Amino acid sequence: MGRPLPANTVFRKRCRKAADMQTPEANDKTAGVPPREASHRRSSQGAPNPGRGPGNGPDIMPDAIDDATAPLSVKDLTVAYQRKPVLWDVELTLPEGRLIAVVGPNGAGKSTLIKAILGLVPRASGRVSIYGKPYEAQRHLVGYVPQRESVDWDFPVNALDVVAMGFYRKIGWLRPVTRSHRLAAVKELEKVGMADYAHRQISQLSGGQQQRIFLARALAQDARIYFMDEPFAGVDTATERAIIALLKDLKASGKTCVVVHHDLQTVPTYFDHVVLLNMRVVAHGPTEAVFTEENLKKTYGGRLTLLSQAFYELSKDPRLPRGTKGSQE
Amino acid sequence: MEWTFIDTWIVVTAMLSAMSCALLGNYLVLRRMSMMGDAISHAVLPGLAIAFILTGSRESLPMLLGATIVGVLTTFLVQAVVKLSGLDKGASMGVIFTTLFALGLILIRQAADHVDLDPGCVLYGAIELTPLDVIPLFGMEIPQAAVTNAAMLAVNLAFVLVFYKELKITSFDPALATTIGINASVMHYILMTLVAATAIASFESVGSILVIAMLIIPGAAAHLLTDRLWLLLVLSLVIAAMCAVLGHVSAITVPVWFGFRDTSTAGMMAVAAGGIFLAAFLFAPRYGLVSRMIRQGALALKIVKDDVMGLLYRFEEVAPDDAGALGIEELKDALEGGASVRLAVWDLLRTKRIRRRAGGFALTDTGLGESAGIIRSHRLWESYLCGKMRYCMASVHASAHRLEHVTDPAMQAELDRAVGHPVRDPHDKKIPD
Repeated sequence: MGRPLPANTVFRKRCRKAADMQTPEANDKTAGVPPREASHRRSSQGAPNPGRGPGNGPDIMPDAIDDATAPLSVKDLTVAYQRKPVLWDVELTLPEGRLIAVVGPNGAGKSTLIKAILGLVPRASGRVSIYGKPYEAQRHLVGYVPQRESVDWDFPVNALDVVAMGFYRKIGWLRPVTRSHRLAAVKELEKVGMADYAHRQISQLSGGQQQRIFLARALAQDARIYFMDEPFAGVDTATERAIIALLKDLKASGKTCVVVHHDLQTVPTYFDHVVLLNMRVVAHGPTEAVFTEENLKKTYGGRLTLLSQAFYELSKDPRLPRGTKGSQE
Repeated sequence: MEWTFIDTWIVVTAMLSAMSCALLGNYLVLRRMSMMGDAISHAVLPGLAIAFILTGSRESLPMLLGATIVGVLTTFLVQAVVKLSGLDKGASMGVIFTTLFALGLILIRQAADHVDLDPGCVLYGAIELTPLDVIPLFGMEIPQAAVTNAAMLAVNLAFVLVFYKELKITSFDPALATTIGINASVMHYILMTLVAATAIASFESVGSILVIAMLIIPGAAAHLLTDRLWLLLVLSLVIAAMCAVLGHVSAITVPVWFGFRDTSTAGMMAVAAGGIFLAAFLFAPRYGLVSRMIRQGALALKIVKDDVMGLLYRFEEVAPDDAGALGIEELKDALEGGASVRLAVWDLLRTKRIRRRAGGFALTDTGLGESAGIIRSHRLWESYLCGKMRYCMASVHASAHRLEHVTDPAMQAELDRAVGHPVRDPHDKKIPD
């Protein structure tokens, strides 16, 4: 019995075709050119890239970021669940030491983008580098705050145990959590105002408190770049303030935070960099330049229906694998 | 009851096998995949049969190997069916393990019918016979099954102790585990491999039904008793051991009381496990049914007591000096309660918050102070809901009535500040200090 055929095989093939067109030489030539030109050149060569007509390429602000030192650089990333593509041809280079919001409508692939970067969902194509090297070699530089709903809060652990999990990579395989780790975990809990709840079973915490536990755990990871999946979802105002204070602290110490965010209103006040996402990167750059009504319309409005329609037509392609129903998102 | 060395060995073997199952079963329960234990312990049967057919003997090692391979195959097959068909995991397990189990039964019937590998034995085990099959070890004759299960328990213990932290994080948050380089699916398959091996090691002695019971019930019962992982693991082992002792003792005694012959130890162990779970479900300190009912009852009683005191306060507030006191019947009518009011009054009298006066009840000084607090919360809430929230309907009283019971002094002070320290509520009643 072989492994089941990945449902995204077809996309992988297509993307390989697209990638083939960009030969290594072409890559070298475009190295100095802002990514905008690179992607235009590809779409004009007729790579299968529905929904992106001429002039509709991502409005990437040339931020003069060097790929080799950027905290995050994503090239040509495509992800598909079953036969439904979720992310298409994502190109992204993010600057260091910023608070970066990932914004887009439901189903735009925001969580998927983070999961694909972290290798939690298979990439159909694309490369991800963290500080110039592949993610797999740079795990120690990356912190992750999953969605709160993604874990079972009835699990028999207390707040301290959860925070201590942030030290597991540092502790390494087969070594136990020691007293010094537990003390350090209490310190991290203090930073989110939760030290009094260290020995509370996690199901007895409110949603906001649970979120703060997750943040304390991320702090324990002591990463250089953090990925946070909707940390503001369903939290009380006290927690929201605590998270914001924490993000500012992280920024002040030169860390980069990539935060999936739902609330458009607070984007300009909380974040200094924005990635507008709707299956592909609509625009990204400093908030004041990118977070415009026009770009938001592009992200949330009209074109979405066209794209969905195109993908619907694509999904009827008889060459796609049959009998896969249900989706994971 | 007649206890021989055979009984001792039966209990020891049962204990070892129950404990090795329970230890891994904890993680199945915590990962919400209890059905996987069920699936694996059934699906290993064809592996058992094929190993027997190929080697022609009932040697433990080939059987263990064959069954483990099929057990792991089961987890892969289940994943594959989920991915390819889009069926949910439960249905997919149902398809795979029933098919494999049936295949195993057919194989045994067809090819191995002439030996003592019979389907009944697979289901119920033959723990009563295990002490007869001994091997010499340390100068003693030890039943082979006890040795196998002890080895399995040792392996599982080592696994859980060595990978304690890794098992914890991959069970709780597989995504984070994977990002920090502890591959959650690798841990999953190691766990499943051990579950399959454990199932097969226990199979011979206790049978597949008890394997399932021992994989799931001790962990489930322990989870009702504690919120700490290490304690949960310890408790599950204790519960598993108790099941073995209780199971065997009741198997040889209980039927005799009713004039029957003694019954299957494995069956009685499963019954004992169910009994222990029931006891945990009823009497666990925090999550037990009884303690939850007691807590709810205490809360309900507190609310009725608050209401009685509030009513007496309001009565004394408006009643002329020469008015009589409120009696029990009037309290019952006003609060639309029966026995609960009587119980509340009894408790208030007992704690000297109210006293008897002129055929009725009056507040004592303690009671007056406390009820003033309740009334204050009530009237502050009315002011807040009406003043701040623009919610001035008649039902504001009902809302305030609910909120007054959950208002602690800190919240009361906050409320007072929010509405600007009013003296009178929207109904122009005085707000007590």
